[in-house]
Amino acid sequence: MRIEAYERIFMVLAALMLALGIVGIAIGALVAGVHVPSPAGRVDPRTLSTTPPFDQPGLRELGGGKYEAVIVARAWQFQPNEIQVPVGSTVTFTMASPDVIHGFVLTGTNANVMVIPGQIAQVTARFDQPGEYVWVCHEYCGFGHHLMFGKVVVR
Amino acid sequence: MSATARPQVVSGGGAIAREGIFLAEQLWPIKGQLALALVGLAVGGLMGLMQALDRVGVVIYKAFLMQSYYQGLTIHGVLLAFLFTFGFGNAFVSLMAIRGFERPLASTFLVQGAFWTMLVGTLLAAYAILRNQATVLFTFYAPMRASSLFYLGAALLVISTLLTTLNLVLTRRAWQREHPGERTPLLGFVGVVTYVMWALASLGVVVLVVFFLLPWQLGWLRTTDPQFNRILFWFTGHAIVYFWLMPAYISWYLLVPRQVGGRVFSDSLVRLVFILLLIFSVPTGLHHQYVDPGIPTIMKVVHLVTTFSVVYPSLVTAFTVMAALEDGGRARGGRGLLGWIWKLPWGDPSVAAQLLAMLVFVLGGATGIVNASYNLNNVVHNTSFVPGHFHMTVGTAVALSFIGITYWLVPYLTGRELMGRRLALAQAWLWFVGVLLFARGQIAAGLLGEPRRSSIGEAPYRELISAGIDNWLTAIGGTLMVVSGALYFIVILWTVFAGRRLAQPMEIPVAEMRFGARETSPLWDRLGFWFLVAVVLVVIAYVPLFVLYLPLHSVSPPIKVY
Ligand code: HEM
Ligand SMILES: [Cu+2]
Ligand SMILES: [Cu+2]
Repeated sequence: MRIEAYERIFMVLAALMLALGIVGIAIGALVAGVHVPSPAGRVDPRTLSTTPPFDQPGLRELGGGKYEAVIVARAWQFQPNEIQVPVGSTVTFTMASPDVIHGFVLTGTNANVMVIPGQIAQVTARFDQPGEYVWVCHEYCGFGHHLMFGKVVVR
Repeated sequence: MSATARPQVVSGGGAIAREGIFLAEQLWPIKGQLALALVGLAVGGLMGLMQALDRVGVVIYKAFLMQSYYQGLTIHGVLLAFLFTFGFGNAFVSLMAIRGFERPLASTFLVQGAFWTMLVGTLLAAYAILRNQATVLFTFYAPMRASSLFYLGAALLVISTLLTTLNLVLTRRAWQREHPGERTPLLGFVGVVTYVMWALASLGVVVLVVFFLLPWQLGWLRTTDPQFNRILFWFTGHAIVYFWLMPAYISWYLLVPRQVGGRVFSDSLVRLVFILLLIFSVPTGLHHQYVDPGIPTIMKVVHLVTTFSVVYPSLVTAFTVMAALEDGGRARGGRGLLGWIWKLPWGDPSVAAQLLAMLVFVLGGATGIVNASYNLNNVVHNTSFVPGHFHMTVGTAVALSFIGITYWLVPYLTGRELMGRRLALAQAWLWFVGVLLFARGQIAAGLLGEPRRSSIGEAPYRELISAGIDNWLTAIGGTLMVVSGALYFIVILWTVFAGRRLAQPMEIPVAEMRFGARETSPLWDRLGFWFLVAVVLVVIAYVPLFVLYLPLHSVSPPIKVY
């Protein structure tokens, strides 16, 4: 197979660039601790309202500045759609859907996850600055999809 | 061996100049599929206006006779992502196969069948969507309920591409029987590779529709597993972007160099690139599901690596296509490091549109690497960053290239001169400027957390995400693109209905090679072998995933939410 010198240089550089990209991602994950959401268990969407912890959505304190927010994402609202935590808190959002697919993106953070019926979705965010952090549903879930949002109030 | 050493195949005035190669009964379904594609572009593109203006609170879907923003968006997605791309691909690649193999397609029945299935599929899907019975966007994620007619329509569109695959493979077989021991002509080869890749990729959606969604919709299955269904969808859903892109690559590699007076850098690199696309396009689907809760993290990492591999052939493309352009620019008297760029025939609308499309693709590719980058994806997943990205890839690199191709293809097929050349040039530049503004707006808004697939104009949180300026850029850029689209259809309709008859038949612009097929190892022609490699990679990427994921978690009945 005939490959010209210029071609070869370019092909090597391109491969190096991609390898560097993967190294960068690995550093992000292993050193900086930026991860993608991992499986957190399954639920039955048909009986969600009687399945703990989703039978009692809301915020609970775990101690040591850690909280868990249990949220039900249903067409077309989040329950609850507002939580309040002090500055410096780490909040784990545990979510599930009783109907169609929803999404969750918390602006200003890395928290981003799909909420798929049958699966428990879990992401964590740390709040070091006071303010209001808006979260929105980012997967089309029907007629009122754009009505679905909530916020974290940090003081 | 150069491509132009063979006798030129010509076809002008609607007449077939080379008897026995371009057959009238094969040309009409090709023209028909091209026409369907352009109808898709026109209607789908028009919806873009409604979506772009929605960003700044101008909510006009009712004026478009839609019951919701999402009904319009479903039309936009289905017509542009499926009909426009499939129709153009089928027509263009079939024609290039005839030209490449210098023989008719193996089966007239199959090419006509491809046209009819595409037509019926479009009508069924359109009926369901217009009745508001399928406002499920082009991804139709379970457990959202849609009319069975919609799934049937979508299935027929896919079947139309599979009929084309079969025809291309049979045509290559026939050619091989007629030319024992010869190298497969490149122009025919790349089209076959494109469609064989797609046939493998389409397996996911075929299984999804046939074994899950249709029976579930019809009540034979009570429940389905939404997470598993998404895995099947994205099995096809990433590779489909290469299926959209590869016809444009065919033009960039093998036709544009001729149009600018250059030569293709080398036969071997083109074959290498298409083979790499064949083997790496499919085992990458999970990069669309990095934030899905039900997928084992280890499998996401595997797909991260394969995804970065499939970027590689596109980087090589950047080099080889650029080299061919430089060759052309220098042949036309360009001097110095960059002087050749200005010597390219920018006044030819077909060339200008495709050069601008390539330019935009650089940015589209770069933003795509952001999406693909595993944990970086956390920031942008399902935000408006993503439509910002893919309007530079499928929405411009592909769409504007297809537009550019039609600037010679429509005259070629109709035997009429391209009318309104200056209008056509303005069209290309307007699209270019439009998409850059549009993408700048969508990308910046996405980084602020603005979600995609949302009627921002009606959203109560619009003021809470301070993407005001960015949304204006999207609205203005999007409007420019729609105006550009209108100019395009003026040019095309003018050409088709009132174009002057060409004095001489046109020829398809096929470029010569600097280094021909003789320099290439015959291994690169062994399609069956490479197909097997592709299957093995798919097995490695998906079988462990299925094993880790099972048992199925079928818990969702169909739900109508629109
Ligand atoms: C003519 C100018 C165009 C404009 C103004 C436009 C505008 C838009 C906008 C604003 C969105 C985002 C909607 C949302 O997320 O809520 C969108 C989505 C989309 N566009 Fe375009 N677009 C245009 C052309 C194209 C072209 C040429 C293609 C492909 C060939 C295309 C393919 C898509 C697809 C696949 C989606 C995603 C739909 C979905 O999320 O369900 N668009 N478009
Ligand atoms: Cu939603
Ligand atoms: Cu992808």
